[in-house]
Amino acid sequence: MIDVRNIYKTFTQPHEVKALVDVSTKIEPGEVIVVCGPSGSGKSTYLRCLNRLETADSGQIIIDGIDVLDPKTNINQLRAEVGMVFQSFNLFPHKTVFNNIMLAQQVVRKRSKQKAQDKTMELLEKVGITDKSEVFPDNLSGGQQQRVAIARALAMDPKVMLFDEPTSALDPEMIGEVLDVMKTLAREGMTMVVVSHEMGFAREVADRVIFMDKGAVVEVGTPEHFFTHPTHERTKLFLSQIF
Amino acid sequence: MLKKSKNRRQFNRPTAYYIWVGVFFLFLSILIGSFYYASQKIEYIWRWNRLPIYFVYKDDIEITSEIDGEVEAIVVKEKEATITIKGMGGSESYQVPAGSIGVEESDLIMPGDTLAVYQKWKPGLLIIGLWFTLKLSVIATIFGIIIGTIGGLSRVSSNPALKWFTIAYIELIRGSPLMVQILIWYFVLGTLINDLLATYGFGRLSAFWYGVASLSCFAGAYVTEIVRAGIQSIHRTQTEAARSLGMSYSQAMLHIILPQAMRRILPPLAGQFISLIKDSSLLGIIAIRELTKAAREAVTASLQPFEIYLAAAALYLVLTFTLSMYVQRLERKMAIV
Ligand SMILES: Nc1ncnc2c1ncn2[C@@H]1O[C@H](COP(=O)(O)OP(=O)(O)O)[C@@H](O)[C@H]1O
Ligand SMILES: [Mg+2]
Repeated sequence: MIDVRNIYKTFTQPHEVKALVDVSTKIEPGEVIVVCGPSGSGKSTYLRCLNRLETADSGQIIIDGIDVLDPKTNINQLRAEVGMVFQSFNLFPHKTVFNNIMLAQQVVRKRSKQKAQDKTMELLEKVGITDKSEVFPDNLSGGQQQRVAIARALAMDPKVMLFDEPTSALDPEMIGEVLDVMKTLAREGMTMVVVSHEMGFAREVADRVIFMDKGAVVEVGTPEHFFTHPTHERTKLFLSQIF
Repeated sequence: MLKKSKNRRQFNRPTAYYIWVGVFFLFLSILIGSFYYASQKIEYIWRWNRLPIYFVYKDDIEITSEIDGEVEAIVVKEKEATITIKGMGGSESYQVPAGSIGVEESDLIMPGDTLAVYQKWKPGLLIIGLWFTLKLSVIATIFGIIIGTIGGLSRVSSNPALKWFTIAYIELIRGSPLMVQILIWYFVLGTLINDLLATYGFGRLSAFWYGVASLSCFAGAYVTEIVRAGIQSIHRTQTEAARSLGMSYSQAMLHIILPQAMRRILPPLAGQFISLIKDSSLLGIIAIRELTKAAREAVTASLQPFEIYLAAAALYLVLTFTLSMYVQRLERKMAIV
């Protein structure tokens, strides 16, 4: 589903940072991948390269048979197939919850109003926010906002969902409600790449865990392997720090 | 109301608050009083009663005959009357209000003879000027918004041609006085454009339109900067969220960035257009009879500069105050959404 081969990304501004160094990953359809690693290790950059919010300097990224880095690729079409959920939700503050989910369906997917409304209702039910549909995002709790953001991404019927630390900006008591939605998605067979330090979530639904450090993939393995006998020193050190 | 009571609560004793309110009005009266006193000193004679005719006045309208002949018929129909003159070459008829007729049937008429005299309300100089100022400002505001929106979008675009062209435009406009720009629009560009138009058989553009052009381009440069700042004040993450859903750059602009930027653009935009109303006073230099020019003409005619200039200032105040009230209401409405 997602085939990443030897990508590099270097930021030159404000000073040179090698954010990704020779990263390769292969993700099968329906797989749930959790990416972890210390802050600044390039997790977000990796994720953002997948839908070309950042353009990798070299290497190859193939998603569902489409060459992401090919300049001829219709990037908007690709992004509609790849949903993304951000750490800070990034809902549209000038639109109600309902219209946050409606907009791209009509503008990008060109769905009729009726179809988009049906889809929106269905998703609001799925993430459990039916009673707040006419509310503006600023009046929701963080957990509710993140669930709306997930619904907004799902409205495009993506083939892949990318999550960049979806629960790190949340108060502890709201983390569970967001993870529950994500677990449901995982069980339904969605292909997911989740940057997260929620090890409980990783243990429960991840097929594989990727550990990154200094822009490189250090270790890949099943959660089982990862939590019981990690091989690399850096992985061990990291795991000891977060528990 | 709310603000007032909040201010009042800052004072321990309410009497202290009202004493300061009293001080304000006292100062105001002293100012006006000394102004009046000074004008008495130079023996200026205030004639406020002469002012109204510069707003509206009754004008005598004379209907005169253009041919010689004989009054053939006077037909009165309710309030309108038709006078028909029969001459050698044929007959002519004139429409006049009934009751204003000064001739009778079978009177002999020479060309230029008065057939009827009546009075009609006409706008005075100040009202004519006000109307021009309003017209200029409204049209220039509309063009200013169009130029500013296109300019703002070009300014934040990554296309160097658009971006640099906009930067050059802004620097050019902001770096020279509006007065000079008006003169260039009328005497340089105006001459060229009217010459070209004449070559291709079109009519000339009047000074009014060169006035509109100079104001629009001037305001457009400032609005461009306002729009740019508004767009850039919306966080990059909003664009990313929109783009990550598959929206194109222009869709993200249209649906996500501009609507949010609008709220931040509105207050400085209002300030800009209040400036524009005031700046239009410079257009008298290219013989557009806007409010300031009209006021100067009225002063020449009446020799009452104090009353007329004060009245002109008050009329500008009415325009700018109405605009700022309207924008405040709009802002409140947008804040709710
Ligand atoms: N847009 C950017 N411009 C410059 N440097 C960046 C940018 N984005 C990320 N970086 C740098 O790249 C490195 C990796 O960042 P990131 O991928 O955000 O790490 P993580 O998500 O693992 O914390 C960091 O050193 C960060 O400062
Ligand atoms: Mg990150």
